[in-house]
Amino acid sequence: MGVIGRSVPRLEDRPLVTGRGRFAADMSFAHQLHMRVVRSAHAHGRIVSIDRAAALALPGVVAVWTFDDVADVPPIDFRLTRIEGLEPYRQHVLATLRVRYVGEPVAAVFAEDPYIAEDAADLVTVEVEDLPVLLAADAPTGEFEPGRSTEPTLIRKEYGDVDAAFRAAHAIVELDLAVGRHSGVPLETRGAIGRYDAARDVLEMHGAAKVPHWNRDQIARMLGREPSSVHLYEGHVGGGFGIRGELYPEDVLVCLAALRLRRPVKWIEDRREHLLAANHSRQQSHRVRAAVDAEGRILAIDDEFFHDQGAYVRTHAATVPDLAAAMLPGPYRVPSYRALGHIRLTNKTPGGTYRAPGRYESTFVRERLMDAIAARIGISPVEARRRNLIGAGEMPYERPLDTLGIHIVLDSGDYARLLDTALAAAGWDALQATLRKRRAAGELVGAGVGLFVEKSGLGPFEGVRLTVHAGGAVEVITGAASVGQGVETVVAQICAETLGVDYTRVRVVHGRTDRIDHGQGAFASRVTVMTGEATRLAAVKVKAKAIDMAAALLQADAADLDVTDGEVRHRGRASGPSIKLGDIAQHLAPTSRTRGEREPGLTAEGWFFTSHMNYPYGVHLAVARVDAETGGVAIERYLVAYDIGRAVNPMLIEGQITGGCAQGVGGALFEEFVYDDRGEPLAVTFADYLMPTARETPPIEVIITEDAPSPLNPLGLKGAGEGGINAVGAAIATAIDDAIGLPGAVTRLPVTPQRLKALLANAKRR
Amino acid sequence: MSEKVEITLTINGRDHAIRIEPRRTLADAIRDDCGQTGTHIGCEHGVCGACTVLVDGAPVRACLMFAVQAAGKPIETVEGLADGDKLHPLQQAFIEHHGLQCGFCTPGFLMLAAGVLKREPDISDDDLLDVLASNLCRCTGYQNIIKAVRAAAAELRAQ
Repeated sequence: MGVIGRSVPRLEDRPLVTGRGRFAADMSFAHQLHMRVVRSAHAHGRIVSIDRAAALALPGVVAVWTFDDVADVPPIDFRLTRIEGLEPYRQHVLATLRVRYVGEPVAAVFAEDPYIAEDAADLVTVEVEDLPVLLAADAPTGEFEPGRSTEPTLIRKEYGDVDAAFRAAHAIVELDLAVGRHSGVPLETRGAIGRYDAARDVLEMHGAAKVPHWNRDQIARMLGREPSSVHLYEGHVGGGFGIRGELYPEDVLVCLAALRLRRPVKWIEDRREHLLAANHSRQQSHRVRAAVDAEGRILAIDDEFFHDQGAYVRTHAATVPDLAAAMLPGPYRVPSYRALGHIRLTNKTPGGTYRAPGRYESTFVRERLMDAIAARIGISPVEARRRNLIGAGEMPYERPLDTLGIHIVLDSGDYARLLDTALAAAGWDALQATLRKRRAAGELVGAGVGLFVEKSGLGPFEGVRLTVHAGGAVEVITGAASVGQGVETVVAQICAETLGVDYTRVRVVHGRTDRIDHGQGAFASRVTVMTGEATRLAAVKVKAKAIDMAAALLQADAADLDVTDGEVRHRGRASGPSIKLGDIAQHLAPTSRTRGEREPGLTAEGWFFTSHMNYPYGVHLAVARVDAETGGVAIERYLVAYDIGRAVNPMLIEGQITGGCAQGVGGALFEEFVYDDRGEPLAVTFADYLMPTARETPPIEVIITEDAPSPLNPLGLKGAGEGGINAVGAAIATAIDDAIGLPGAVTRLPVTPQRLKALLANAKRR
Repeated sequence: MSEKVEITLTINGRDHAIRIEPRRTLADAIRDDCGQTGTHIGCEHGVCGACTVLVDGAPVRACLMFAVQAAGKPIETVEGLADGDKLHPLQQAFIEHHGLQCGFCTPGFLMLAAGVLKREPDISDDDLLDVLASNLCRCTGYQNIIKAVRAAAAELRAQ
């Protein structure tokens, strides 16, 4: 058995458990300055004046910048899903005439010491004349700036004759649903260090993550430099989840300051800043309708939603609402479909992606709809889903929609089989009987399922350079990035199995723009698929080169040779002549006499291109118990069945799913960026923004299946990053409904104790 | 701002003579003045526990303590957990049970567990869960951290 498919220990772990990691804050350069950002205390207003005299007078303060100092720097551009009409809503690195959310960067202080920088920031006085605050995305639109509305544009996705389907429907169900504002909130706050090396005329940014190459190109463009004179370096990254590593104002400010002040400039965000300034996500409200026939089969879905983008449109542009609209149909046959999404600006922290962007939201909406259809037709929620699932025989299934500019073709899947697997693992029928008995005895306990289709392996490309060095060590350089998910191990496993070496001999270099010119980074559950296949392609080439050289050296036929344990030898023979890959690398050195006409180096590039995503899928199953007294919800049991196509390292996949699931529990029950009616954020510490601890996170049973390998790459790989979180809100909502005996009661996430008690009180009154 | 004071921090048995403002937190002093960056700062208000170190053998949130308060007391950080190249059973268990992903919260969990297991080697599973619920992790969903600490506790008892 090869190393693909085995739960081998991670290559990443040793430095991390011994305190030798290199996170952004762990890096320092001689004579560095420290930046502190002065942030708006007003949700919306006109900047009247900024007084920096007192700050500049403080010993140790080197500079204080406001917009006037950076007026030549263009706003931060879109990385994904650029659509017409959004450009005027981009954010500048410092506020221009208005502030539009509490936390918006207004000025930047540079000082010899971070404590002094913070002292000085407190001395910068910003006078603001308040303007009306807009906080609800579904309220009447307001004014972003004179002549520009807070609704830049609409997202429309449509196929079939929706109106005809509704006219012909046996029944119509209609729901108003909302998902609360929350986000990824990695344990490491953001950080960046700009450094200008005048000797080489190279600008460096350390602390990069997620998309270093795109950020390099943007920083170069914004600061008027050649991309080849800008390099980004990713160290250890303390969690990504979509939000970390996007290009933010602070990243550009440290780079510009390093150039202008000619000293390294370090910025480390504090937690309050993080909760105010890093991307928020998720907040949407949906008015959704389904037309169904007498058996509960969907004829059409019609959804209108309001996407709360916050104060500016950042790098993700329309990504989240686009995905929400396109992925809403999920695993079901939906003959006619219409989604209309309003992108709305509000006076809150700008939004971006968070793990399973647009899907956590739309899965909640779709699965609530399935429960409502079941209740309306009088069948079980499981049966309602079963009747609508796309069949295995219909794969590949073309959905006449696109997202991220890519046509949706569900590549492979046996959704009903996975549902059966999950229900069998949970002992569903016996579980229902037990729950009925417990409810009869007065307990508020119930169960529910949530089904979903994920997407992964976003192209269009990824490349690696794979080299075997003279000592036999293998190096894979990729333009992908690591946010802590185990990229090095997984890429090493694929390299090891293809090339015929031990995976611990493989060093994976990532997140370094100075080592490889192109890379798309780590997002959209793409790295295992894209970098994995690029690595396989490169390893195939390197292996062929090694065998070719070895055939000459061993005077053998190349067709009879193979590589095992880092040695080329006759296929199927444990003994006999052999030669180590490291020795072959020496024979292929530029100066080698044995090399002949062969190209020097035991090295090759591998490039993988794809114009489609692939689509893993899963089933979540939750058992919840409600405490009527406190409104608290305990998750008694949680099961995730997920089809990964081909599992490279099951332990890491389980880790991804379990971790995602815990975050999903946060969004379903606890986490919410709440604002008061003046736009003052109320969740700015971990005492207000409640993330699940070991107490609130249930043991999570994970079943990984390989029923449906992707036909889009030879190993059949699909991504693992987002299936753990996708349906948590949906599954917990239906389990709570079941527990309190009120189908459709939960219409809004998170289901906080206050909201749950209100639901129970309303039910009592009725 | 105030006058700097001279103190000695004893970290993993080694003395670090440093000159700092009295307002400097222990976490900042350990990291920036003593160069031991394995202790991480995740919230600076004592909730996440990423900066947990042992002072006088007890787990402490280094972001909530001033460095001057720890002067003269033995401080243990994650850098001191292994015995040379030989990992501490907790470190080994975290690797074997996949108890870390990004690794940012890991030093805090390791030191929290090390402190507790030293004082209460026979701690019950439920009490241990309460202890581990005092730190935050955003990657793992905690299950593997709990497994790792239980495995290490058994290993330490057997030693």
